[in-house]
Amino acid sequence: MKTAAVTLTHSNRQNRSMRYLYVLTVFCMALTGFGQMPIYKRYYLSDIPGFGWLANFWTTRYVHYAGAALLLAIVAYMLVQHVILLRARFKMTPSGYLRGILLLGIVLTGVLFVIKNFPVLVFSPEFIIALNLSHLGFVMIFLLVNLYCLIFKKRWTKAR
Amino acid sequence: MGQDISRRAFLKGGFAAAAGVAAGSIPGAAAAVGPEEQTQLATLLDISKCIGCGACVEACTETNARKYPNPKKPFPKMVPARARVSDWSDKQDVTERLTPYNWLYIQHASVDINGEETELTIPRRCMHCVNPPCVKLCPWGAAKQLENGISRIDPEICLGGSKCNAVCPWDIPQRQTGVGLYLDILPNFAGNGVMFKCDRCYDQIEAGQLPACIEACPEDVQTIGPRADIIKQAHKLAREINGYIYGETENGGTNTVYVSPVPFEELDVAIEKGKGKPHLAAASDRMADANTLAAAMVIAPLAGIAAAARKIYNYTRKSKERA
Ligand code: HEM
Ligand code: SF4
Ligand code: SF4
Ligand code: SF4
Repeated sequence: MKTAAVTLTHSNRQNRSMRYLYVLTVFCMALTGFGQMPIYKRYYLSDIPGFGWLANFWTTRYVHYAGAALLLAIVAYMLVQHVILLRARFKMTPSGYLRGILLLGIVLTGVLFVIKNFPVLVFSPEFIIALNLSHLGFVMIFLLVNLYCLIFKKRWTKAR
Repeated sequence: MGQDISRRAFLKGGFAAAAGVAAGSIPGAAAAVGPEEQTQLATLLDISKCIGCGACVEACTETNARKYPNPKKPFPKMVPARARVSDWSDKQDVTERLTPYNWLYIQHASVDINGEETELTIPRRCMHCVNPPCVKLCPWGAAKQLENGISRIDPEICLGGSKCNAVCPWDIPQRQTGVGLYLDILPNFAGNGVMFKCDRCYDQIEAGQLPACIEACPEDVQTIGPRADIIKQAHKLAREINGYIYGETENGGTNTVYVSPVPFEELDVAIEKGKGKPHLAAASDRMADANTLAAAMVIAPLAGIAAAARKIYNYTRKSKERA
């Protein structure tokens, strides 16, 4: 039993770098996601040296898409690892479940966006408006919940 | 009637009947063309026929004036000051470019045809792209595409952020400050009016009528029909006059297809371009750039799962070894 715990600690170190990557990706997604709205130029954000690309809708869209792929890989990795390896020892906290559900909402609406942007007409205009509002809504709540969890040191999982 | 959806057939049967005949009666047509080519209506503009009389421009205003903005003044103060008002309400008569009050205008090009200096006139308006960036990238869903390929901006929802203009390859949507939803939200801080452009007379088409500019033209410059047929017709015409096509592949394909007796590179040099004055240059399919990343999104979760599986395998092996 003791050796198993040692290996898990080792895997946690590996998970720490994965967590940094995750946080970085989410930050990048929020930055480029809000860049889908015409606000950075109006509010001078893209005037900051090095941030000029944020005013280019084509660039932010490309980075948002690439980040989405990365995020999907990280989420799949974390999820499989948790279910198979860690679930026996760690359980999801309520804030973990909440964040998971919100992230799922973000990903599902995001994937529907990606489908929408192909040259096919599958969604009605009303549905697209609903998609916009819910992707943005999930994102806003997700970011607020994360802020709360950061301040009050809530974690996704805790030892059983 | 054949592949030509003639003006009369269009008027008699309405679009649904016309498209039904065209798409349904040609064997194999369904398999040969993409879905958008059967459902989307395109227009063909024969530049060599246009005499530049401007009847189409007048007809557009006559028919669509009731959709034009009616801004309240004074405008809300813009914060920060960088956000400038776009006010065309005192310049409603301007017809030499696109404005919120002028959705169609005539471009002039002096070109050389067989050693003869010839003046060509080109009606310009929204191209109604097959996969319109203005619609797909509108962050609110104010711009919408109808099943018949028309893209239009809903004046009740548009906030006037002008993103559609920024992503439009042809600088088509034009802003008027002081109208629309933004006035009811945070008028000083977000939004700046409503964007206006050609809606290809969507309401006329719904009622089985032709768009005003097509109807009014004395030279029958424009033809309207299912996209697949219009493309075929464009190629036929181009062969006949030894001409060139614009709109078949530009920005991934548009529902406005021009046929010209001179190359479009020459026309593009000859016309006056600028704000509200669209070019005739090459336009790559910008929507396709990020769309190709969708494949990465499909592969990414699999890669994540594979990495996790490798880790789980290593972990179980190690704990077995140590046991
Ligand atoms: C934590 C992750 C994410 C954040 C913070 C985020 C944030 C945003 C924001 C703020 C917007 C603009 C708001 C709007 O148009 O409603 C946006 C748009 C968009 N997001 Fe995300 N997003 C995330 C994940 C994703 C994922 C996973 C995908 C795809 C799988 C995705 C695809 C898109 C697309 C395609 C748009 C453009 C919307 C449009 O086409 O109009 N997003 N995102
Ligand atoms: S030409 Fe511009 S405004 Fe017209 S559909 Fe294409 S992107 Fe939209
Ligand atoms: S289709 Fe209608 S809205 Fe568009 S330019 Fe012609 S008349 Fe104007
Ligand atoms: S009405 Fe016809 S001929 Fe006259 S300017 Fe318009 S397209 Fe050209």
